[in-house]
Amino acid sequence: MPSLKDLRNRIASVKATQKITKAMQMVAAAKLRRAQEAAEAARPYSQRMAAVLANITQAVGGGGDAPALMTGTGKDDVHLLVVCTAERGLCGGFNSQIARFARDHIRKLLAAGKQVKIICVGKKGFDILRRDYGNLIIDRVDLREVKTLGFGNADAIARKVIQLFDEGQFDVATLFYSQFKSVISQIPTAQQLIPAAVASGNGEGDAGAVYEYEPEPGEILSDLIPRNIAVQIFRALLENAAGEMGAKMSAMDSATRNAGDMINKLSITYNRQRQAQITKELIEIISGAEAL
Amino acid sequence: MAEAFKFELVSPERLLVSEDVESVVIPGTEGEMTVMANHAPVMSTIKPGVVTVNPVSGSPERYVVFGGFADILPSGCTLLAESAVPVKDIDKADIARRIQEAREDLADAKDHASRTKAEEFLQQLTTLEGAILPA
Repeated sequence: MPSLKDLRNRIASVKATQKITKAMQMVAAAKLRRAQEAAEAARPYSQRMAAVLANITQAVGGGGDAPALMTGTGKDDVHLLVVCTAERGLCGGFNSQIARFARDHIRKLLAAGKQVKIICVGKKGFDILRRDYGNLIIDRVDLREVKTLGFGNADAIARKVIQLFDEGQFDVATLFYSQFKSVISQIPTAQQLIPAAVASGNGEGDAGAVYEYEPEPGEILSDLIPRNIAVQIFRALLENAAGEMGAKMSAMDSATRNAGDMINKLSITYNRQRQAQITKELIEIISGAEAL
Repeated sequence: MAEAFKFELVSPERLLVSEDVESVVIPGTEGEMTVMANHAPVMSTIKPGVVTVNPVSGSPERYVVFGGFADILPSGCTLLAESAVPVKDIDKADIARRIQEAREDLADAKDHASRTKAEEFLQQLTTLEGAILPA
């Protein structure tokens, strides 16, 4: 049985923890709002990009002048997985969810006899994947120092991926990230980067317009596709940032609630024990007086 | 008074401009061009340079863009810029840094094609610096 002093100490420490988790929750809520705004602000660009890309793909057709980034190498032996996770923990199952999803994928690919290479974006995913597939990880990108995600960060990753592709290091690139559905639900998603999966000819609004291209469509396309890859990575990073904050917020919320429950339980035990001690002392005094 | 059309300037970070304008000057890779209403559909890449927007009401605004893509339709014009900043907010140090990076890229360039490309990019950046610094 813990003494009264022990109980008092424990209640104090749980209270301190509760204060911290509460503060973290509020910080996460504020950051979530900002991350969501950033994700929303980036949406018009990626939408336009997709529309333009669909349009121009139609113009070029499947012809020979389509760049390799789009058509791929024609093989699918070596797979590159870009796994984006958060830099920090304490956000519930967020990181392990993405990592588990990626791991299932890796297992499937390995079972099919494919070769797998991994690039880890974010520290947490690296820590998790390192245990099982440390020898497959060829690179990691550290974004810990980054305060606000800029397009430059995504562009650097995209450049790395494209360079590897140009060197013939892999055939298929897939991006793993967590899609931000809502504060309480993030869905791990896999998205193919190379060869570019373009929504072909959905025949919307201006698709019928006959464009003039300056320079040639093929040239524009080879300029556009690397940019599109960067945009996709950028979007993934933003969704991840929003998802991380959402997950952190709900994790910290339940941590705060748990701490509250614990404090209640401990105070009941504390009060009961204190009362028991008082009663015991009273009995001792009374029985002592009676004995006289 | 010229006819108005819809112009949008988008960078990956945000939507900078979305308004009705009379004309826009775009630094296309193959030369500057002024877009007005009912322009024939054109798709063009753009080089680092200054975009001048002449809105229906108010004075012209200028933005510095670093590469990107323009999608022009009779009904409107969309500029997808890799990064875009209003000229009055431009940071000289930022341009200097980009020029420095371009120089390094040029030094790193291995084959002929990438060297030509890097050289061109550097040239465009220095022209741009010259164009906006006195402003």
